[in-house]
Amino acid sequence: MNRKHANDLDWHYRSDFHDELIGPRGGPRQAARRLWKYLRGLDRNELLERRDACEIAALVAGITFRVYHDEGSADRAMPFDLIPRVIPLGEWQRISAGLEQRVTALNLFIDDLYHEQKVVRDGVFPSEILAGSANFRSQCVGVRPRYGVWAHICGSDLVRDADGTMYVLEDNLRVPSGVSYMLENRQVMKKVFPELFEDIDIQPVDDYPARLLDMLAGLSPRPADDPTVVVLTPGMFNSAYFEHAWLAQQMGVELVEGRDLVVDDSDCVFMRTIEGLQRVDVIYRRIDDAFLDPEVFREDSVLGAPGLMRAWKAGKVALANAPGAGVADDKVVYSYLPEIIRYYLDQDALVPNVPTWRCSIRSELDHVLANIDQLVVKPANESGGYGMLIGPHASRKERERFKRLVKADPRNYIAQPTLAISTCPTLVPGGMGPRHVDLRPFILSGQEQYVTTGGLTRVAMRAGSLVVNSSQGGGSKDTWIVDVDGAGGS
Amino acid sequence: MLSRVAENLYWYGRYMERAEDLGRMVNVNAHLMLDLPRRLAAGWAPLVRITGSQALFDELYEEADERQVVRFLLADPRHPGSVLSCLASARENLLAARDMVPREVWEQTNDLYLLAREQLSGHLAKRRRHDFIDDMIRRCQQLIGMLSDSMSHDHAWDFILLGRYHERADMTTRILDVRSAHLLRGVDEIQPFDQLQWMSVLKSLTGYQMYRRHVRLRVNGADVLRFLLGHPLFPRSVCFCLAALGERLQTLPRHQAALDAVGRIQQRIDRMDAEALVRGGLSRFVDELQVELIGLGETITQTWFQAESGNY
Repeated sequence: MNRKHANDLDWHYRSDFHDELIGPRGGPRQAARRLWKYLRGLDRNELLERRDACEIAALVAGITFRVYHDEGSADRAMPFDLIPRVIPLGEWQRISAGLEQRVTALNLFIDDLYHEQKVVRDGVFPSEILAGSANFRSQCVGVRPRYGVWAHICGSDLVRDADGTMYVLEDNLRVPSGVSYMLENRQVMKKVFPELFEDIDIQPVDDYPARLLDMLAGLSPRPADDPTVVVLTPGMFNSAYFEHAWLAQQMGVELVEGRDLVVDDSDCVFMRTIEGLQRVDVIYRRIDDAFLDPEVFREDSVLGAPGLMRAWKAGKVALANAPGAGVADDKVVYSYLPEIIRYYLDQDALVPNVPTWRCSIRSELDHVLANIDQLVVKPANESGGYGMLIGPHASRKERERFKRLVKADPRNYIAQPTLAISTCPTLVPGGMGPRHVDLRPFILSGQEQYVTTGGLTRVAMRAGSLVVNSSQGGGSKDTWIVDVDGAGGS
Repeated sequence: MLSRVAENLYWYGRYMERAEDLGRMVNVNAHLMLDLPRRLAAGWAPLVRITGSQALFDELYEEADERQVVRFLLADPRHPGSVLSCLASARENLLAARDMVPREVWEQTNDLYLLAREQLSGHLAKRRRHDFIDDMIRRCQQLIGMLSDSMSHDHAWDFILLGRYHERADMTTRILDVRSAHLLRGVDEIQPFDQLQWMSVLKSLTGYQMYRRHVRLRVNGADVLRFLLGHPLFPRSVCFCLAALGERLQTLPRHQAALDAVGRIQQRIDRMDAEALVRGGLSRFVDELQVELIGLGETITQTWFQAESGNY
């Protein structure tokens, strides 16, 4: 054992929660053993040196998100923590299978809702919930997207509870973001810790852009030709513009805005280029349904292109995700996922849902109102951590306000127990501290399915905080899927 | 390349050139005011006429004295043609197309705008004004150097240069028009300061030194016209700009209409009778060139920025 030195780090790391790297007795978990040994071999200066190297590498890579204020906009680097989160390959394979199962069921569900609505007629999914859905688009009824797939790109948020169980917290089926950070984080880590990648069997992540392009190209209405795929962005003032530009660049396709597109009388979509009008076959759209087509949705939208819905319905262009897919991106729908999986696939959910009370059901509403100080209450259709109440942390006044909100519109709220979300060692001033993390894998669905190897680990940089969203000060980590025994098992 | 991006790059080129040209003009005018006898100096009003913004100036200012004209041309954000506004527009255009240029070019363009915003606020002392303009011109030159030496000379580059040379040709004709207006009126009389004033026209375009090298004659009106309009080697002559435009256009798809427009302007200059123009009609001749240059702009816009037909 080394003698204590001013430059040594304090390695008395302890978390009051389930920790991703460190077991209950204070030693590293099996998959993290080599990483931990390596980290402990570094003194403070060496660690800080690597942290600086990470920051510089991130800056050079241009990993930014956009922050808005009156003086214009600024690109800020998203906080990046150099200590990775490690998941054993065996566990990941089970999770991955569970995610494929979920998204398969979700796509069957969405397709059903826009056609026969058997799930409603069979009494599995209440018609009044469907009637109250903010994201059901009547304009999509009867449309048949290729392969019956509506949610081509899904980003599901996973968290781990005190007993180590991984739960799905929500499925983002509209325009989930974050995959660019996942890939860039890995690039940074490989530059800064090359020796770790030589030593440990870490599964690669970098085939995502190629898989995405393959999936998108496979949706083309003109499969015989070389299809033209584009990424549609709301523009450079969007907070995720970096990712839109990055994905387009990685796939080698054009990044277009609505005003670059024209839909002609034959319902074909074109983009304006210096060569003239060029036919577009597949649009990976990163703008919300409401702004997609002023002919059909919001008339005041300047972000979309008039006629896109016409073109899509006529089968002249593929949109990913399909308009209307957001109907299943709803926290009330989420609560029905176990039933939905059973109904369409005749299977039990491989990755469980967080137990959820639906305020639309009288008895469950009563439970929520009575126990609001122990629950997390969420509106059905918000994302990014907005508009929710964390009961144990809220003031009495906030709780009373939320009770009134819930009573006024019960369909729009669900409640879940406050989970003891797991932590991961994170570099903090003064050494290493436990910080809460979640995980967002991305699931591609077209002719076949693909799940990212791991995903984006988001970390709440403030001690005790559960908010991991980048818009609210969250950071990210590299996520390692590690083959512990080289055999692919656990 | 997307039409929108091409358009952004073209306007980036134009606004950068316009800011630089305006800066040169203000500095040169300050020198002229020192060189010429007071009764011959045209003062500051011609600068407003050159930029074609007389109406706006009259609306915003009382008198065309140095302080007010300089503020209007350099620092007034209400004037879309001021240096400050041009740098802001250049920045906005590049922001939307910044993936097409090296990162440092975007950063420097952004810096330049921020510098201008800071330096041009508040009172503009003459010395500070001068330093700022010199600094700005140097930075503009640096930017074009960086672009030229670190960016692929692809279509993105073509559009930046199209904007740059189109703007410069336009500016040269404007300066020639306004600067020579009062010279030509008294052409038959013996003018003791005739030479000095034609020199001032050259100096407005920082062309005096190069003129001396190429022409080697006493400065006279017809030679100055031939030099500024038709000299193939002087980079601020209209002829040089047209050649540069033609070269860029050649590399673009569907370039025939624009190339024809450039050819028509070139022909006018080839056929001009400089001596006759000095005796009268220069103003009309320049007007015709201006109309052709505007037409070229429209052709560029229709061909590459507003495509309504093409490869199906």
